Amino acid sequence: MNQSPNLNSYREGPDEDGRFGIFGGRFVAETLMPLILELQAEWDKAKTDPAFQAELKDLGAHYIGRPSPLYYAERLTQHLGGAKIYFKREELNHTGSHKINNCIGQILLAKRMGKTRIIAETGAGQHGVASATVAARFGFPCVVYMGATDVERQAPNVFRMKLLGAEVKPVTAGSGTLKDAMNEALRDWVTNVDDTYYLIGTAAGPHPYPELVRDFQSVIGTEAREQLLAAEGRLPDMVIAAVGGGSNAIGIFHPFLDDKSVRIVGVEAGGKGLDGDLHCASLTAGSPGVLHGNRTYLLQDADGQIKEGHSISAGLDYPGIGPEHAWLHQIGRAEYVPIMDDEALEAFQLLTRLEGIIPALEPSHAIAEVIKRAPKMGKDQIILMNLSGRGDKDIFTVGKILGMEL
Amino acid sequence: MTARMDKRFADLAAEGRPALVTYFMGGDPDYASSIEIMKALPKAGADVIELGMAFSDPMADGPAIQLAGQRALKAGQTLAKTLQMARDFRRQDDATPIVLMGYYNPIYIYGVERFLDEALDAGIDGLIVVDLPPEMDDELCIPALAKGINFIRLATPTTDEKRLPAVLKNTSGFVYYVSMNGITGSALPDPSLIGSAVGRIKAHTKLPVCVGFGVKTAEHARAIGASADGVVVGTAIVNQIASSLTAEGKASAATVAGVETLVMSLASGVRASRLAAAE
Repeated sequence: MNQSPNLNSYREGPDEDGRFGIFGGRFVAETLMPLILELQAEWDKAKTDPAFQAELKDLGAHYIGRPSPLYYAERLTQHLGGAKIYFKREELNHTGSHKINNCIGQILLAKRMGKTRIIAETGAGQHGVASATVAARFGFPCVVYMGATDVERQAPNVFRMKLLGAEVKPVTAGSGTLKDAMNEALRDWVTNVDDTYYLIGTAAGPHPYPELVRDFQSVIGTEAREQLLAAEGRLPDMVIAAVGGGSNAIGIFHPFLDDKSVRIVGVEAGGKGLDGDLHCASLTAGSPGVLHGNRTYLLQDADGQIKEGHSISAGLDYPGIGPEHAWLHQIGRAEYVPIMDDEALEAFQLLTRLEGIIPALEPSHAIAEVIKRAPKMGKDQIILMNLSGRGDKDIFTVGKILGMEL
Repeated sequence: MTARMDKRFADLAAEGRPALVTYFMGGDPDYASSIEIMKALPKAGADVIELGMAFSDPMADGPAIQLAGQRALKAGQTLAKTLQMARDFRRQDDATPIVLMGYYNPIYIYGVERFLDEALDAGIDGLIVVDLPPEMDDELCIPALAKGINFIRLATPTTDEKRLPAVLKNTSGFVYYVSMNGITGSALPDPSLIGSAVGRIKAHTKLPVCVGFGVKTAEHARAIGASADGVVVGTAIVNQIASSLTAEGKASAATVAGVETLVMSLASGVRASRLAAAE
């Protein structure tokens, strides 16, 4: 994916040890080291294999529905009275979010490696549904680890996964949320090393996951860049995306990193505010540490114990973030800002009414940032935002908060 | 490396028996009970102590050790207190090697230099840090060796011939052979397979090879001890502690006594496994 060596490029990472600056790496138990080295060797071959790329492209076109449209949000633009707003419509993908891009890529890798069983972790259930979907499509048994708390609050997605033939294992250890599900998936992997492929859902974890997930998701930014050039004859002034683990964001950011005129803005879950513990803003309010195979920004206490995150959106509810975002934050190429639960909820409703699109609560955070930024920008300027998922899964959460009986 | 560790394994080799290496979680169920457990271990026959450093997200451990860590953290355990526990122990025992075992993040947050200086001062002989494979040696392994603290590496069934030299390269003190792919607290695999695996590792190193994961009884300890230089017992001890707690999760009169009884039994197992004197 990288172009010719260029010292001024932001797109060369990671290095051969899986580092983005000081972030990333391979902090895993010895049992897993041979597996991630094997995965890396296979990935190195696959990414330059025309047959692999052709299969990926074919499935992208006919199974996922790529390219996803680039949409000019005319009514939102008029309403805000500033920059022109374009959405990359990842919510129109099969399964309703960007997650499927990564899952299709990784299941093809699993198939190449001769693995026969898929495991995945999930928070809101979007990645679990996408994993169960590709497992069904390719005929693999699939086990999805999901925090017991999330199993309860995301019942429709649990049912979807089961319909698709996956086994959903509720995780009660720790606090029963996404980080605990990831711990449990790692434990399964350590125990079933011979036949099992771990399909990580975000651009985090030990090298090479952050790189390969980014590369599978970069189709978002690559398409959007071409589509916007075709529509407007120029690049956007700003690219905005919501960041939990950060896969949809790195997917749209990465192809623009070397376009110096493009400002890059990641939106973290500010939850109920950054003062207490009820947020998930790893970059704005966390500090560097080591968890789940990589060094990155984490929510942690003074003793290095990992804290629980909180967000209205279960998909942003992770106390870490992908290592490439940590690096982009540290070197200042991208800026990361928090959006609070109530701001995301307002944005959710505004978009639904103005554009007839029900967004997921994750990209609703990005919409809230667009609402803040667009009016301060000129009408000749352009914002590109990743509308990473649709909101059908969130109507129960939103209904409850708004006091509506469903 | 630290004299205590080398002397202990040399003495045991002369005695012709494997070491009993006992793991417990520092601060479980509370600091006072935990230091009493630590002091009881060598008296009951433990030769090396692995002192667990509690971590919120122990990815390579089973439910028993994860719960022990949660109990310790809830009771206020921190890395500083775990170091203090070693310091307290050293006042009465300057011969039993102590190995700190856990995950990297609390050490990273404490500061590697500060951690190593204080660990050395507290009488720590070695470190086992589960999520630091050889590829990450610059983080902690190399600085620890430079200060004279052993860095004990885990070798596993997935560590093949090609990888073994890299795993052993900066390992010192002993090699910890994890007898199965999996998490702590799983079932014990076939002892004859363990014997051949130990032989495979010994072909590459002169270091003692200790075997763990799945050892629960004196009989297990005896069987493993037939081929290994040491037998590591962790989850069985942690489970013993858990089963002794009151309904409120507090220590009872049986907490320390139960560990003593179990370790005495395990110690009889390793003593029955008379292995030929060191090669």
